[in-house]
Parts: sequence; C-alpha cells; structure tokens
Amino acid sequence: MTEITTTAASDRPAAIRLTTRQREAIAGVLFVAPDAIGLMLFIGLPMLLALGISVFEVDGFGGFKFVGLANYSKMWIDPLFWSSLRVTAQFTVMLVPLLYVTGLGLALLVQRTSKFNTVMRSMFFAPQMVSLVVVALVWQLMVVDKLGVLTRFAASIGLGGISFLGDPNLALFTVTLAAVWFLMGFYMLIFLGGLQDIPKEYYEAARIDGAGATQSFWFITLPLLRPTSFFVLLVSAVAAITGAQAFDLIYVMTRGGPANSTALLISYIYQQAFQYSAFGYAAALATLLVVLLMAVTVFFFLLTRGGRFDYE
Amino acid sequence: MSTNLSRSQANVVRLVWMLVAAVLAVMAIFPLLYMLSIAFKGPTEVFKSNLIPAKPVFDNFVYVLTEVPFWRYLINTFVISAVVTVVALFFHTMAGYALARLRFPGREVVFLAMFSTFLVSLPVIIVPLFILVRSMGMLNSYAGLIVPAVFNAFGIFLLRQYYLSLPKELEEAAVIDGAGYWRISTSVILPLSRPIIAALAILFFLANWNSFLWPLTVASDQNLWVVQVAIANFKSQYAASWNYTMAASTIVAVPMLVLFVIFQRQIMDSIKTSGLKG
Repeated sequence: MTEITTTAASDRPAAIRLTTRQREAIAGVLFVAPDAIGLMLFIGLPMLLALGISVFEVDGFGGFKFVGLANYSKMWIDPLFWSSLRVTAQFTVMLVPLLYVTGLGLALLVQRTSKFNTVMRSMFFAPQMVSLVVVALVWQLMVVDKLGVLTRFAASIGLGGISFLGDPNLALFTVTLAAVWFLMGFYMLIFLGGLQDIPKEYYEAARIDGAGATQSFWFITLPLLRPTSFFVLLVSAVAAITGAQAFDLIYVMTRGGPANSTALLISYIYQQAFQYSAFGYAAALATLLVVLLMAVTVFFFLLTRGGRFDYE
Repeated sequence: MSTNLSRSQANVVRLVWMLVAAVLAVMAIFPLLYMLSIAFKGPTEVFKSNLIPAKPVFDNFVYVLTEVPFWRYLINTFVISAVVTVVALFFHTMAGYALARLRFPGREVVFLAMFSTFLVSLPVIIVPLFILVRSMGMLNSYAGLIVPAVFNAFGIFLLRQYYLSLPKELEEAAVIDGAGYWRISTSVILPLSRPIIAALAILFFLANWNSFLWPLTVASDQNLWVVQVAIANFKSQYAASWNYTMAASTIVAVPMLVLFVIFQRQIMDSIKTSGLKG
C-alpha cells in the first residue's frame, strides 16, 4: 500500500499534479455552491434588502416610492416603537439570567452519569420537542383567569384574583416563564457538554486541599465553564432580542397585548409589515434590530477579548 | 465518595438530590400531561381539577379529524418537512465535505460568510425575505414554503466538524484507486457519516414540523396550511373549546414526542456537542 502511494506521487509529472489540484478546487466549489448560493440568496440578500427597502415607502401592491430617511426619522416620534424597544429590553433582562440559572442548575442536578439521571435529562428536555404554538396554547390554558390550573394554584397560595395574561404588569413575565420552560432543557444540554470537559482531577485536588462543594463550584466549575457561559449568554441574548422563540409565543398568547405590554420590537415589525403593509417602515425597524444585534455581539466579544478564554 | 462524609450521609445527600430532580422533572412535563388530559376530557369537565378524566372521550379527536380538514394540514406538514430534510441533507453533506476536505480558493471566506449567518434568526429577515419570495412569485406555493427553509448554517457546521474528525486514510485510498470526488463523497464519506446524518435528519424534520412563522407568512391559502398555522387559527375560531384545541395540539405534538422517546440519545448528544465545540 505505502509502496504504491510513494511511486504514484513521485512518478506523476508536475503538470498532472497541478490538474489534480485544479480538479479538487473545481469539485470543492461545485460542492459548496448550492448551499453558498442558497444562504446568500435567502439570508444574505434579505439582510441587504432590509437596508434598501427601508428608504422606500412600499404599498400593499408592491409599488415603491423613494422617501430617503423618512422611515428612520418616523421612529423618533413613534411612541409604539419606543414602547416595543422597552418591552424587548425588559424581556431580555428577564430571560437571559433565568435561562442561565435554570440551565446550569438543571445541568448540575443531573450531571452524574446514571440511568436515573438519563431519564431526568430526557424529561427536562421533552418540552423542546413540542412546537411553540402548542407551548403557547397549553400555557394559555393553564393561566386562564380564575379557572386555569396555575391561576388556581396562585389563588391557593394567597394570590387570588390574579390575571396572568390580562394584567399588563404580569403578561410579559408569564410569556417569559413559558419561554424558560421551553428552552431550559436545551441550555441544560449545552451546560452538560461544558461540564463534561472539566477534568475530574481538579475536583479531586480541591477535595484533598479541603475544599467543599460550594468552593469547588465557585473556584473550579464557574471559571472553567467560561467558554460555555459565553456561548449560552450570547445565544440567549440574541434569541431574546430577535424574538426567535418569543415571537410565536406572543403571537398566539397575547398578540402583543394587553396595552402593548408584550409587544416586542419583532412583534411590532411584523404588525407594521403584515397588518398595515408598511413594509418600508418595517424594514427600517428591522435594520435597527440588526444594528442592535451586532452591537450585542460586538459587546460580548469585547468583553471576552475576541472570544478567547485564558484558562489551562 | 467524599472523605469528610460517611457513606450513609453521602447516600442521604444523593437521595435528596434525586428527589429534587424527580420533583422538578415531573413539573417540567406537567404541561404536556395537562395537554393530554384535556384532550380526553368532555366539554363540561375541562376545568375540573382532576388530571385523569373521569370519563375519557375520543370525541375531541374525532371532531378535529372530521369537522376540520386536519388530515390535509398533516399531509402538507409531513411532505414539506420531509422534502426540506432530504434536500437540506443532500446539500449540507456536500458543502460540509468540501469545507472540511477539499482545498479550493476562497474556502475560508466562504466558511466565514456561512458562519456569519448563524446568528441571523428568521424574525430578523422576515420582512425582506417575504418581499423577495413575493417577487420570485413563490407566495402561496409549496416552493415558497420549502425552498427558503432548506438553507441553514447549523447543519453545515455539524457535518463539517464531523468530517474533520474522520481519518483521511480512507479517502486517500479511494483517490489512489482513481475515484472522482463525487464517488468519494457518495461511496466513502456518506456511509461513514450515517450516525450524524440520522441525528440531523431527526432535528431538521422536527424543526420543520414545528415551524410556524414562515408558513404563517408565506401561505395564506388554506389549502397550503401546515398544522401549526392551523391550530393557531383553530384557537381563535373556537376560543372557548379548549378540549378541541388540546386534542389538535396532542395530534401535532405526540408524533414528535414519540420520535424523541425513540431517538433521545442521538437527539440530545448532537445538541450537546453543538455547543462551543462547533
């Protein structure tokens, strides 16, 4: 075998070897082309289009009228836009820490490999299998005023007369809970992957030095989980800001109400585009969302000095 | 176990942890059990506090499957999900192989460009994507439902990562035998990547079966509705009939839960490794 390899390589003239290289390059380009073109067409192009469309006024029939930056200046005096921005910020500030704590907490709880823990993991992950529409419907049913199972539970612990989705101060929190319930299993798995990578020797060494479980957690687990924490915080923050999961939940559970208290920026964009056919304004809002998204990503990368983690 | 705890103390601690985990796990699946419970309850029993229906009925399922064209929505969803999954895997295995193994000019740029689409979720581009698809004449068509759903960087990365971990020797042997790249990719690489392809097939099918926003936006024609759009509308139509809504939800959710019970290890492993290592 090795003999054939060496003779084949040395006998081959330079010109043919070049052709092999070229053949490989052509094959590579052709193999990548379908996905590269598809991603460019259906993700890259829309990103650019958003910017382009945002300087037009678009009517429901596809007619375009150039309006310059009018769509952007409109935002400054649009109270519903500012309200949606505030709701998005509130949602992000609630969702990201809650997901971090529940994800890491569940991961630590079922970290040890055993049959029992495998079953537990599956149960925590099971909500991920259900669509967000179904999640929204089931939660909506559980928090129906007076009669829902959670509403009655709340009443039994002294929170009678509570309206989970009818109270503007509570509705966003209820949606957040549903989102956490749906997503916690996913982040649990990501944390389990991170925990797996921490060498067991560190814990043994700490135990010999007399460290307890709490100390091990603060001085070994948390610092060594930094890459995973970075990933989890970035992905959950981006998901919260863009409404990746929240859009479906809110669309079914509240439609942005009551009193716009659950209208995320993305819900407002969707409403402007598909209810009022204000595609130009919606595109301007979407462009702003992309800028926000990039700002958050850059912030995270600066915070971690380019995503590098100096451990080991 | 720990040196400063006696064996029995350690067992007690472990038992407490197991108990906490079990209680939380039951709470985690409670909403799903609740959905099942209501789906089998008659209209008068819906808000009674018993979890197990006193008189279980199938009427809700019969109603959903006969009074509403629910079969049509189920078939639409199945066809769309299956086609997207097969086409996406076909393209992604090719791209993943090329990005991992074949040297061609601009490979790193292509890879970075694909990577940058990773954090772009659908809601962000929904407005321009809708306008684009409308101008391509694909509104209210299966093509409009299927084509944009195929392209997703997630699968390409996992496959590329997997191919990077495969030993090169097998392909080198095939190259020496004079096999072209197409043959190497179909007869050497594909059979080797069966486990990851199976895991991705499940994840893609699941994601498409459960997707709501794009089908809602691109297909207003009721004949093209998928199940998620149908049950979201179902609810606004029969606002108070929670037993029907939960029966419909059960029909939609149970196949995925069954899939999960069968393939839980593959599904959870592929997500666990998709973390930062990807």
